[in-house]
Amino acid sequence: MSKYTEDDLKKELETKEYEYGFYTDIESDTLPVGLNEEIIIAISKKKEEPEWMTEWRLDAFKKWKEMSEPEWANVKYEKPDLQKISYYSAPSNKPKYNSLDEVDPELLETFKKLGISVDEQKKLAGVAVDVVIDSVSVATSFKDTLKEKGIIFCSMNEAIKEHPELVKKYIGTVIPKTDNYYAALNSAVFSDGSFCYIPKGVKCPMELSTYFRINEAGTGQFERTLVVADKGSYVSYLEGCSAPSRDENQLHAAVVELIALDDAEIKYSTVQNWFPGDSDGNGGVFNFVTKRGLCENNAKISWTQVETGSAVTWKYPSCVLKGKNSVGEFYSIAVTNNFQQADTGTKMIHLGENTKSTIISKGISAGKSQNSYRGLVQISPRAKNARNFSQCDSLLIGNECGAHTFPYIETKNKSAQIEHEATTSKIGEDQIFYCNQRGIDTEKAIALIVNGFSKEVLNKLPMEFAVEAQKLLEISLEGSVG
Amino acid sequence: MLEIKNLHAKVEEKDILNGINLEIKPGEVHAIMGPNGSGKSTLASVITGKEEYEMTDGQILFENENLEDVSPEERAHKGIFMSFQYPIEIPGVTTTNFIKTAINETRKAQGEKEMSAKDMLQKLREKCDLLDIDQKFLSRSINDGFSGGEKKRNEIFQMAMLEPKLAILDETDSGLDIDALKIVANGVNKLKSKDNAVLVITHYQRLLDHIVPDFVHVLFDGKIVKSGGKELAFELEEKGYDWIKEEIKS
Repeated sequence: MSKYTEDDLKKELETKEYEYGFYTDIESDTLPVGLNEEIIIAISKKKEEPEWMTEWRLDAFKKWKEMSEPEWANVKYEKPDLQKISYYSAPSNKPKYNSLDEVDPELLETFKKLGISVDEQKKLAGVAVDVVIDSVSVATSFKDTLKEKGIIFCSMNEAIKEHPELVKKYIGTVIPKTDNYYAALNSAVFSDGSFCYIPKGVKCPMELSTYFRINEAGTGQFERTLVVADKGSYVSYLEGCSAPSRDENQLHAAVVELIALDDAEIKYSTVQNWFPGDSDGNGGVFNFVTKRGLCENNAKISWTQVETGSAVTWKYPSCVLKGKNSVGEFYSIAVTNNFQQADTGTKMIHLGENTKSTIISKGISAGKSQNSYRGLVQISPRAKNARNFSQCDSLLIGNECGAHTFPYIETKNKSAQIEHEATTSKIGEDQIFYCNQRGIDTEKAIALIVNGFSKEVLNKLPMEFAVEAQKLLEISLEGSVG
Repeated sequence: MLEIKNLHAKVEEKDILNGINLEIKPGEVHAIMGPNGSGKSTLASVITGKEEYEMTDGQILFENENLEDVSPEERAHKGIFMSFQYPIEIPGVTTTNFIKTAINETRKAQGEKEMSAKDMLQKLREKCDLLDIDQKFLSRSINDGFSGGEKKRNEIFQMAMLEPKLAILDETDSGLDIDALKIVANGVNKLKSKDNAVLVITHYQRLLDHIVPDFVHVLFDGKIVKSGGKELAFELEEKGYDWIKEEIKS
């Protein structure tokens, strides 16, 4: 009889290659490698930025020079040489396109390989896609529909030029330039990103989506996203990404700032599938991201993330619950396989009265990977009646991977109610045999079990994203076809 | 339908089955009885292809096909079903989703199209009615937090949905009170036909009051030491297994 042991499974997982490994040959307009004031001025110039922005960048650079790379995360990697990175790369076939038909066909081909048909997305899903390839937004759809409602959804670069008062008012207010090493670096060199503003009382009629991709060898990607939801407004924002295979490590240090003013709600969902490195642990993306949202009175921010890619992930989407009755949520699935390392979680900072936060984290480790949850729940002296519920579950596949949980709870107000639950389980041979006996093969069984394990988080994703996320989970963990 | 010839099997270097011969024809109900450790559950595991169980000699034929190199899922596709003694919990996977996946994987293996959502729903309802199961049960995670009785009933429900040719009931009566036992037995009886067969594995006779076997086999030390009709079960219940042990010795 055929025997399928855990060893076979592990072997299969090891031989699993990155399915989206390909490279689009688009002429690039790339700055020389290195990092200094001249480079920063050059980036700013290339983007035709106003002087205040150039100054802002230079100030960040000055502060960054005095900082050092953080070492507290439970990850091991060779620090990237930041002088060997080119800080600007843009497809040369600018200028902006009016419709997708004008977009470089090769670029569209890339999307096809990724299974993302922008056209179809537009038509079928009603999703406005602001495509960011190598730092420059090449197409923004559904702009007119959004315009009618007064919603601004554009590249950061455009926002700096067209809506300087908004950008000036909010940029760096949630994540200061000095927040951390990589946030400071991003502030100095960010290439582009997305900007979104929802006016007072407006409910954004569609899910806003940006597909990020890293596409140029040796190019660091420094995206900057700013979402501002004015009083009483609502927006659901989707961010999804996938990068082509590369031998050398690529650095990604993005910054995402969310601002939910009184009574506003922001839902921010991410599916991250960057190149995780090969089965020997060579290559892969370093994903050092700073994401934080600020909630004013009665506001709500939900972070939902499905993290399957990157060689090293270092990411803590957080909520500052400043206003009374504000709500923060964090739903996360992090999958690591082979030599991937992830140190991810959240920070819920309770400042206001009656603030509430929920943390649901699902970590899945396979191969020789290490998966850590790191989370902080902080209740300030003023945060009367703050509540938090945290649940951290880990699922292990095989005997060589690791799951770690680092929950930090700091409370300075006696009225706080904090709950923390954690479980660790392993996909058992008995579970697999049970499925087998019902006619379900081992690969499908693992997909079924993993999906069941992740369900609470998958359910939080918008429909079209949930399907993609489920597919990604299968691709990341299964041996052969996804 | 099922032919077992001189079956020897071991687990972790320990011989458990020592030459079993058994033939089951369509429409028949067979019962395997025996004391603890006689190899009853091992027999079920070997027939369904559980990997830790190694066949060292003999043959298992299902519809004249040798199962030696057939994977557990392929055996399931061919129509072999086992009701587990200890059904496994899969948190987050609803009973509906689990059964749907099982049915569609089997159909796929047989080159058929997936069952439409409408047909699936209709079948689920039909079988719920047949087994007197509340439909709310379908949206619960499979076996997760189920009582012993619910787990066993869920196994029979899956059997009803999958419509196997051969159903092996491994200690289905264990952990059931008399009411639950009746419900489960009743379900099995409703599913019985002249085309399918049932192999009941049990320690006690009480289940056989409700699922009446055509043949009873006594397993001892990995061998069938005695076969007979349903009256053999009563005899065992009355005299216990020591009687058989004595008979073998003499």
